[in-house]
Amino acid sequence: MDSDDEYMSALSSEDDIALDDSDNDDLSGGEEFDFDDEPPDLGIQKDDSQKKRAAYDISFKVYRPQDIQKQQDDLINEVNMILDIRKEEAAILLRHFRWNKERLIEDYMDKPRQVLEAAGLAQNGAKPPRLETIPGFVCDICCEDAPGLQSFAIKCGHRYCVDCYRHYLAQKIKEEGEAARIQCPSDGCNLIIDARSLDILMPSDLTERYHTLLNRTFVEDKETLKWCPAPDCQNAVECGVKKKDLDKVVPTVQCACGYRFCFGCILSDHQPAPCELVKRWLKKCADDSETANWISANTKECPKCNSTIEKNGGCNHMTCRKCRHEFCWMCMGLWSEHGTSWYNCNRFEEKSGTEARDAQAKSRVSLERYLHYYNRYANHEQSARLDKDIYVKTEKKMVQLQKESGMSWIEVQYLNSASQALQTCRQTLKWTYAFAFYLARNNLTEIFEDNQKDLEMAVENLSEMFEKPVADLADAKLKVDIMDKTSYCNKRRIILLEDTANNLANGAWTFNVDFMTPTTTSGSSSRR
Amino acid sequence: MASQKRIQKELAECTRSPPPGMSIALASESNLHKWHVVLQGPPNTPYAGGTFGLVVTLPVEYPFKAPAVTFATRIYHPNVTNDSQGSICLGALKPENWKPASKLLGVLEAVRALLVEPMPDDPLEARIAEEYKADRKEFEKNARAYVARYAKGQPKFDGEAGGAEAAKS
Repeated sequence: MDSDDEYMSALSSEDDIALDDSDNDDLSGGEEFDFDDEPPDLGIQKDDSQKKRAAYDISFKVYRPQDIQKQQDDLINEVNMILDIRKEEAAILLRHFRWNKERLIEDYMDKPRQVLEAAGLAQNGAKPPRLETIPGFVCDICCEDAPGLQSFAIKCGHRYCVDCYRHYLAQKIKEEGEAARIQCPSDGCNLIIDARSLDILMPSDLTERYHTLLNRTFVEDKETLKWCPAPDCQNAVECGVKKKDLDKVVPTVQCACGYRFCFGCILSDHQPAPCELVKRWLKKCADDSETANWISANTKECPKCNSTIEKNGGCNHMTCRKCRHEFCWMCMGLWSEHGTSWYNCNRFEEKSGTEARDAQAKSRVSLERYLHYYNRYANHEQSARLDKDIYVKTEKKMVQLQKESGMSWIEVQYLNSASQALQTCRQTLKWTYAFAFYLARNNLTEIFEDNQKDLEMAVENLSEMFEKPVADLADAKLKVDIMDKTSYCNKRRIILLEDTANNLANGAWTFNVDFMTPTTTSGSSSRR
Repeated sequence: MASQKRIQKELAECTRSPPPGMSIALASESNLHKWHVVLQGPPNTPYAGGTFGLVVTLPVEYPFKAPAVTFATRIYHPNVTNDSQGSICLGALKPENWKPASKLLGVLEAVRALLVEPMPDDPLEARIAEEYKADRKEFEKNARAYVARYAKGQPKFDGEAGGAEAAKS
């Protein structure tokens, strides 16, 4: 293998691997690669900030648990210095302002007293909290009055014995999952217990849980941070795309764990379809609104009693089971008027039935249109699910291939790349069908459909090659072919995404529903 | 258990100076965690003239967890389920609002206040709440009919789900 070295060096990006190879080797399907002279930086959302970003590619940053902690600490330290308040108070204020440092500082400079009060902090100046033993003290929670009872109070002065305080905190933290906003135990007092007091009171076994909860509220409070939804992943992703931008961009991000998801709606990657459209499509597919369509496309109503009737074979002479009305299935007219032509309806042109037939035809077309898109959507979804199995098989194949052909681990990585390309491309294809369902026809749609067709063909081609038996895979020519196809698939996907994202950003698409005004779900004006 | 002292104190307070129209007693002498309250329907409400039974159940973790209060007597009210459970929707008893220093006296007063002024915007029975807002006369008529049917004479407590749920002390 003459390209081994490049293989190694470019391993971080599977797309680059394949591209490099296609440049070096003489290819069978070479004419498909006439855009190969472009720099190979189109390769997916790797963190290459110096290169210009593609329209579908948005900037984001992944935070690991320790980064989340550090970010909080930095903010707290900053506020601590600027406003000259204690760190634990800075933390409470920041949480109150949902970690919007600028607004906190501005408001605090303006009216410190109100800000402190609203955040559940009493006026400054009181001495730092500590445990005290006060003669004659009776705890209002447990009613204990033993002499020497240790007691504690935050700045509001509501004093309780230390056991009750600890019990209260344990319950809030352990059972209710509360951390950042635990209030004074007194009825109606909304003062928040600060971190310093918590440090004094908290049993050590709760500390970890407490900090986890604090981190959680930090991410949940910040609009620009979201948890990676992948199971067991503890990372958060930061992205600047706002809710109001979601009609212009599909903010797909990729966590360090590898999971790709939409920052806007936390569903898994649904490029090129915008969030609102996705929501609608999923709802449409989930409701049985289509059942009604099926009924109208496959049944007729008895002209007399309006019972719904499905014709399941037999001749056109219908007798309603309910009202015994006899009519013709073809023209919906009275059967008695058919005279002697029992098995043929020759009254088709008559006006009485025309209107009913028109309504029927319309509904049938709409159903077929939906099913056209749905079937393809569902097909790619299913294939994507199967891809997960394939991935497992791929790993086995790779091991087997290594054994049988004496190739090194690195030399069989192309199968992994192919498998990944299949998965991402299928995911994209799946959503192109939901997207297309809502597109109104124009020139842009034709370009879109061409792109869709090209990607689909590329994917099916690769998919077919990919499933060949291991013995064939060892063939050097097939290997090159697979690598070419992999890179071609990725390219086609990027071309499609570029095109859709650009048009979306420019507001160039025309949709047949008005979903870009993200108000109520009652987009009842929807035409199909 | 530390809570015994607190409950005893609260019980003493409540029996000594109960909220207007209420009398409080333990369901059984041996169990501090279950109280039976007899509530006279407040005057100038459709509930006037009725006698209602309330069951107060104190969880083992009391006062760190909120008590549960239910009506043992059927009542026609937007904030009480219209069934044999008699569950009450009371803000003060929600876990996020309950504080260990909150007192049962306050809870009982809140229940009574609910009879004086229902909260139809936070209903447990949406239909009754709707009626309360749209047709007050009809609501009062129905509430009075319930009083006449269920809330005359000494309230019975045996109807409610009994000892199984009662907290052990």
